Amino acid sequence: MLTSTQMMLLIVMVALGSAITRFLPFLLFPDGRPTPAYILYLGKVLPYAVIGLLVVYCFKGVSITASPYGLPEAAAVGVILLLHLWKKNTLLSIGGGTVVYMLLIQTVFV
Amino acid sequence: MSSSRLDALKAAFPHTIPVLTGFSFLGMAYGILMTAKGYGFPWAVLMSLLAFCGSMQYAAVTLLTSAFDPLAALALSLMVNARHLFYGISMLRRYRGTGKIKPFLIFGLCDETFSILCSAQPPEGVDRQWFFFFVTLLDYLYWSAATLAGCVIGSLVTFNTNGLDFVLTALFVVIFLGQWEQRRNRIPALVGVGCSILCLMVFGPDNFIIPAMIVILAVLTLMRKHLEGEGGESC
Repeated sequence: MLTSTQMMLLIVMVALGSAITRFLPFLLFPDGRPTPAYILYLGKVLPYAVIGLLVVYCFKGVSITASPYGLPEAAAVGVILLLHLWKKNTLLSIGGGTVVYMLLIQTVFV
Repeated sequence: MSSSRLDALKAAFPHTIPVLTGFSFLGMAYGILMTAKGYGFPWAVLMSLLAFCGSMQYAAVTLLTSAFDPLAALALSLMVNARHLFYGISMLRRYRGTGKIKPFLIFGLCDETFSILCSAQPPEGVDRQWFFFFVTLLDYLYWSAATLAGCVIGSLVTFNTNGLDFVLTALFVVIFLGQWEQRRNRIPALVGVGCSILCLMVFGPDNFIIPAMIVILAVLTLMRKHLEGEGGESC
């Protein structure tokens, strides 16, 4: 077991690492000074690319070569897509997809 | 609370419902896991309050059972959290002029808060800054409160929660679909997905995030002339 001091230091280190990655862009490009055009360009396109990265990250553990071949995930995403096209209601799409996924992995693909 | 702040809170809350669901589950699971390792209350709660970085908090559990090495913890945290750099760059313009709440907005910029705030627009008449503030605050409180609940009453949860964490995946998928509707967003979105899948195949599921970030950055840089010609609004 870690001592209380060690544990506190560990928490501070993890928090520091997290804070550095969050604050660094804002410290490098503060409000008062003009932001380089290249960084502004990245600010325009990165949001779409990084949400794509997050989606891939969520599915990183899914195997399409071993049972159940990503079928629960594919079915749930299909439901989200249909609900999204049909009702355009964010919470309905998210709730519907999650319920379908939970039912599938708890009952069909156990 | 002034009525304009209350309006902002009311406008913010529905956007955070998926996060409430996902964080209740994952935050409690974190509290339960930390309690099982012997570092429940107050350590798990302190970690959630100070670090507020879900995936790194899970990764840090492995540090508890190995030899104490604070610099390794810092290095791991910088690597696992490196994607925040992209969130910050994306939010530079949106968070401009947010004054005294800006440090908190930046401190609380997790995956989920970022994904909501880079696409959601507050309704007409609702103060943008306070809308940003309450989305950030609610997500932060959900995570910390759920961690506390996991430490204290985690053992009482008996219904089958298997698969509930998919709610956050669903949130990201829906936000992706929302962004996809705008034609000019599609190329960067495809760059993000394509480079990530490529790096996932090359580097494997545990080590692909940083290579993917580098490749995404390189591709977007090479495509700058082409993409900038299409204009577009900053996130």
